[in-house]
Amino acid sequence: MSNRNMMPLFEVFVRGKRGLDHIHVGSLHAHDAEQALEYARDTYIRRGEGVSIWVVESKHIHASQESDAQAFYDPMDDKPYRHATYYTLPDGVDNM
Amino acid sequence: MAETTEDLEQAFEAKIAAEEKIEPKDWMPEAYRKNLVRQMSQHAHSEVIGMQPEGNWLTRAPTLKRKCILLAKIQDEGGHGLYLYSATETLGVSREELIDALHEGRAKYASIFNYPSLTWADIGAIGWLVDGAAIVNQISLQRTSYGPYARAMVRICKEESFHQRQGYEIMVELARGSDAQKAMAQDALNRWWWPSLMMFGPHDAESAHSAQSMLWKIKRQSNDDLRQKFVDQTVPQAEAIGLRIPDDALVWNEARGHYDFGEIDWDEFQRVIRGDGLCNRQRLRHHKQAHDDGAWVREAMAAYAAREENV
Ligand SMILES: [Fe+2]
Ligand SMILES: [Fe+2]
Repeated sequence: MSNRNMMPLFEVFVRGKRGLDHIHVGSLHAHDAEQALEYARDTYIRRGEGVSIWVVESKHIHASQESDAQAFYDPMDDKPYRHATYYTLPDGVDNM
Repeated sequence: MAETTEDLEQAFEAKIAAEEKIEPKDWMPEAYRKNLVRQMSQHAHSEVIGMQPEGNWLTRAPTLKRKCILLAKIQDEGGHGLYLYSATETLGVSREELIDALHEGRAKYASIFNYPSLTWADIGAIGWLVDGAAIVNQISLQRTSYGPYARAMVRICKEESFHQRQGYEIMVELARGSDAQKAMAQDALNRWWWPSLMMFGPHDAESAHSAQSMLWKIKRQSNDDLRQKFVDQTVPQAEAIGLRIPDDALVWNEARGHYDFGEIDWDEFQRVIRGDGLCNRQRLRHHKQAHDDGAWVREAMAAYAAREENV
């Protein structure tokens, strides 16, 4: 067959409502971004699940490796003072 | 990395044991991957082939409203197929390979779609029973161990309840109608009941992939447990509209807290799986035809994309 495997893969992100983050909902094949947007609408937004769609070709997404997670995320493990719960408040002060 | 296969296997088993999801980039045993590709692609093919018996009634739906509803329902099933193909592709297999496997008979789809939809009541029975059975199975699969599959199931389950209700509503209206309409509804129930029970697959003891799939948490509940659940929830729905489930052995078992029901005709089950159902050839032929008919569109899009790239 001639045109096999031609369509690149896109990742689809949808914003459910104004003010919310775009969230990854899945992927699809399309020839270009414009077509990917239309496919994304037909595939992922049939019931008003979103007000805005992002599509990005999967090959443009760079991901951290989960196997390297330990080294990659290490710097945050030893900084408990970044969390509010690290600090004790004096009695009587409870809204901070 | 100096990790041995044994380390990797242990890490994998630990994730499964801890109810963590396996994600596409994680190491997984080859047999786990293969098992998933088989089950997920079969599921995807079922969504798509399942559009045919319903599509058969689109132009003859009794009202415009019914036609719109049925069209939306069928479009959902096409969407479900896409969710599942995309999820399957995360396992490193291409859409083309999956479609080839279907066309060459190496991949299966749910046997129920090899039964014909003879009357309008069949559209009611399909939504009520076939989608009903699929929902029982899919709710359970929301907890499957492979992340992309589980997420596709969550999305699908959100959309399914409308499918079952639109089908049941068709049955409700027919059951309340003239004698002829009621008879039509009963006839559809008679023909779709047993194939719906077959959708859950062979008894646990005879199911080829079940035991390993349960260990890997690809499947979360056994075929027989899911089938029982479906029977228990469906019997009262039939009673509520005065239709009779075609099973003389069906009786409430107080001690078990479940309905007892008769034995499935497993010869028929095997026959249809082997390809000798009423519509097996027709379903595949139609799918190939539609795929071939669309070739020029794919070619035109590829040509356009190639030209754009060269500008
Ligand atoms: Fe579906
Ligand atoms: Fe459905």
